[in-house]
Amino acid sequence: MKHTDQQADPTPPRPVRDGVFLGLAVGTSGLAFGAAAVSSGLTAWQACALSLLAFTGASQFALVGAVAGGGSLIAGTAGAVLLGSRNALYGLRLADLIQVRGARRLVAAHGVIDETTAVTLAQPNAVAARAGFWATFASIYLTWNLATLAGALGAGRLGSPQSFGLDVVGPAAFLALIWPRLRAGRAERMVGLGGAVIALGTTPLLPAGVPVILAASAALAGALAVPGGRSR
Amino acid sequence: MSATWIAVLATAAGCYALKLAGLTVPQRILDNARARRFAELVPVALLAALTVVQAASSGSTLVVDPARLAGLGAAVLALLLRAPFLVVIVVAAGTAAALRAAGVH
Repeated sequence: MKHTDQQADPTPPRPVRDGVFLGLAVGTSGLAFGAAAVSSGLTAWQACALSLLAFTGASQFALVGAVAGGGSLIAGTAGAVLLGSRNALYGLRLADLIQVRGARRLVAAHGVIDETTAVTLAQPNAVAARAGFWATFASIYLTWNLATLAGALGAGRLGSPQSFGLDVVGPAAFLALIWPRLRAGRAERMVGLGGAVIALGTTPLLPAGVPVILAASAALAGALAVPGGRSR
Repeated sequence: MSATWIAVLATAAGCYALKLAGLTVPQRILDNARARRFAELVPVALLAALTVVQAASSGSTLVVDPARLAGLGAAVLALLLRAPFLVVIVVAAGTAAALRAAGVH
């Protein structure tokens, strides 16, 4: 326990350990994706191709849902890609934190997703941010893809991830990782709360995934509250 | 190539293009104070939204899963006690798993 009244965290940053652990825990939900994909009529190859090449859970589930629903594949594809737009917003922030150029940027781009953003953002300095990004990316990429393959081959029937509480890992991790931001200021808390309310309020009204993108409007409102113009 | 394969590959290409677009936006845009503030706040808004959506919904339906909500509540408690990241996750998953093992659904 600290005896000072500093706001500093009591533990030093452990970006690699935290990132690897998060990747292992969240990546296992690839089992559910693989199983859902195959039961929707995709082949195991198609399920694996999505996890390897699209590598963003919300979009993958959306496409699988469209295939299962038997609707238009063009609309399904458009919806899945739309859901990927939040990764573009993450990239806007990550570009400054991970500082990648050239070929490394092409590789890094593939790893710009919720979990890597959350871990990178939670780090106190640039070195830890970069380490956190790559560790989380590697861990979740491997786990998500192996789990997709296993799920597509039927391993999902062995046991439910829910019985291990793995469905809470995502929400708990996201909350833990933005916690320092929420403590940083009133504006951050208002934006976080606003995003949560917007997303939850519109969940019954909109296709899955869209409410989370809509939550970005809370960030827009927060940004408009600061004086405009150039700085730096 | 089947229509499904085309949809799979088009989704993958679109998702990658969006990821790359975000990383490639000229950082000069962020010289604008409001644009920079937006980029800083977006992950907070989206990750807070994901937290509640994953905790309290399934597809487009709001659901109350007592074990899942209790797990998230335990995570909040651990965070207030300044527990390290791994402890927060283990406490959250452990709480939900224990409640389910005890028959809470």
